[in-house]
Amino acid sequence: MTSIELQNEIIDDFSLFEDDLESKLFYLMDLGKKLPDMNTAHKSDEFIVKGCQSKVWLYPIYNEGKLYFEADSNTEITKGLVSLLVRIWNGKTPKEILDTELYFIEKIGMSRMIGSQRSNGFTSMIKQMKMYAFALVKE
Amino acid sequence: MSSINLQNIRNLFPILHQEVNNFPLIYLDNAATTQKPLQVIEALQSYYKFDNANIHRGAHTLADRSTGMFEATRKAVQQFIHAAEAEECIFTKGVTESINLVAQTWCKKFINKGDEIIITHMEHHSNIVPWQLICEEKEAILKVIPIHTNGTLDMEVFYQLLSDQTKLISCVWASNALGTINPIEEIIRAAHAKNAIVFIDGAQAGSHIEIDVQRLDIDFLALSSHKLYGPTGVGVLYGKRKLLEAMPPYQSGGEMIREVSFEKTTFNDIPFKFEAGTPNIADVIAFKFALDFVNELGKTKIIAHEHALLNQFVSGVKSLNSSFGSDEIELIGTAEEKVAVQSFVIHNKHHFDIGLMLDARGIAVRTGHHCTQPLMNFYNIEGTVRASFAIYNTIEEVDALVEAIKKIIKK
Ligand SMILES: Cc1ncc(COP(=O)(O)O)c(C=O)c1O
Repeated sequence: MTSIELQNEIIDDFSLFEDDLESKLFYLMDLGKKLPDMNTAHKSDEFIVKGCQSKVWLYPIYNEGKLYFEADSNTEITKGLVSLLVRIWNGKTPKEILDTELYFIEKIGMSRMIGSQRSNGFTSMIKQMKMYAFALVKE
Repeated sequence: MSSINLQNIRNLFPILHQEVNNFPLIYLDNAATTQKPLQVIEALQSYYKFDNANIHRGAHTLADRSTGMFEATRKAVQQFIHAAEAEECIFTKGVTESINLVAQTWCKKFINKGDEIIITHMEHHSNIVPWQLICEEKEAILKVIPIHTNGTLDMEVFYQLLSDQTKLISCVWASNALGTINPIEEIIRAAHAKNAIVFIDGAQAGSHIEIDVQRLDIDFLALSSHKLYGPTGVGVLYGKRKLLEAMPPYQSGGEMIREVSFEKTTFNDIPFKFEAGTPNIADVIAFKFALDFVNELGKTKIIAHEHALLNQFVSGVKSLNSSFGSDEIELIGTAEEKVAVQSFVIHNKHHFDIGLMLDARGIAVRTGHHCTQPLMNFYNIEGTVRASFAIYNTIEEVDALVEAIKKIIKK
């Protein structure tokens, strides 16, 4: 699926909860738990994306023209959000990642998670994933 | 509890009557800042609508009126803390500025190489860093009173730290992260016996503890208006007259001078010596309405109500723990003498997640290190979730918090 199709799928999934924020958060935490474990060797300071209250680890793998990500977070909700990004971008070409406009965050009612850079690693995470893609496109 | 009409009180706070994420707002972040009653909000409006003029300098009617209102707040502060004179009450931006003021004036003049300043392990960063900086500058030594795991000071070590080199002790009256009320009377007595002076960070004392600076013989006391139902941007530095008079000025400019020539400037008397420039007139004036609000209710009733809320929460947590058959929730800060602040951590849950989950039910709490990183290090945690109660909170709100916590743990 394209990153647009995947975003629409996520929006569909979340639409079940309407505006029940609590259920959305619980769902996010469940999604986070399903994220495959990171290779512990990759969970080092070098691959940390820092927010004020939550940390995210992000490790890129480039294989046959496509990017894959291992990711983790010390907070469950951020990890759930991160798992959505991984779902959208895993196995995409760097160009597609760079070209993606992320509109699902607002549509699932999570825009405040990208509002404040200080309070969580989510915004920095998006930037970091695009940076990895950018570096590959340039090469 | 019975003697206050909670509904009437809540009606004075328009902000409380709203929904957050489809739930009625439950505001339990009062140690960070309290909400403001209508009197305060209206005083601000009314000042700008009818009375606005710069103070102390004009001959016209409005200037006279605003000066009178501004000085009336000073008088109200004096009475609120039982100072001997209104002139001993200086207006600042808040506790942080009050601390910096003393560090940059009294310490500049009276701290020398090898002198010692004592603080405690539970201080807010704003009661650590200013002393650290001045100690660096003066080659003085900063010493720290350790704490016990229940969140009380280790007074035995305090007496060992206290010496003839001790010049100043700065201590939080009530800890914003733990709620602990410290034995400042004992600390002050011991300090004075060594000719040291004591600075009390009263940020969390405000409306939660009876304040009598003369009876307690406090040398310096700092308060923030915004933590006691008043506007932001206003604080108080109380200092004994003889200390304030001996201090060099802080900032310089208008208001703080007596006479200026290019050869020499002489300084105004206290409090004006420390109030350079146009102050935050409107907020100072509105602050009096917050003090009146507290006075009219009476601290005894406020304290009793807030303690009932704290006890309800603590026993709610304890029964949750026993229903789970394990201590899923750990209370941080379990001293006997406390203000109505309770920090806690939940086993295997990050405070950031808990904060978001509670917010989803309209419950506002604070999460993180509460500007007390050394204290968090002591407990070997990154941060806590903190519920802090005020006069307008209800038992039902506390129950809703406990219920929400239960749901988070069960998940
Ligand atoms: C114990 C304590 N000290 C100092 C401060 C700083 O107060 P302000 O930010 O009003 O200057 C606070 C505020 O959080 C506090 O709780």
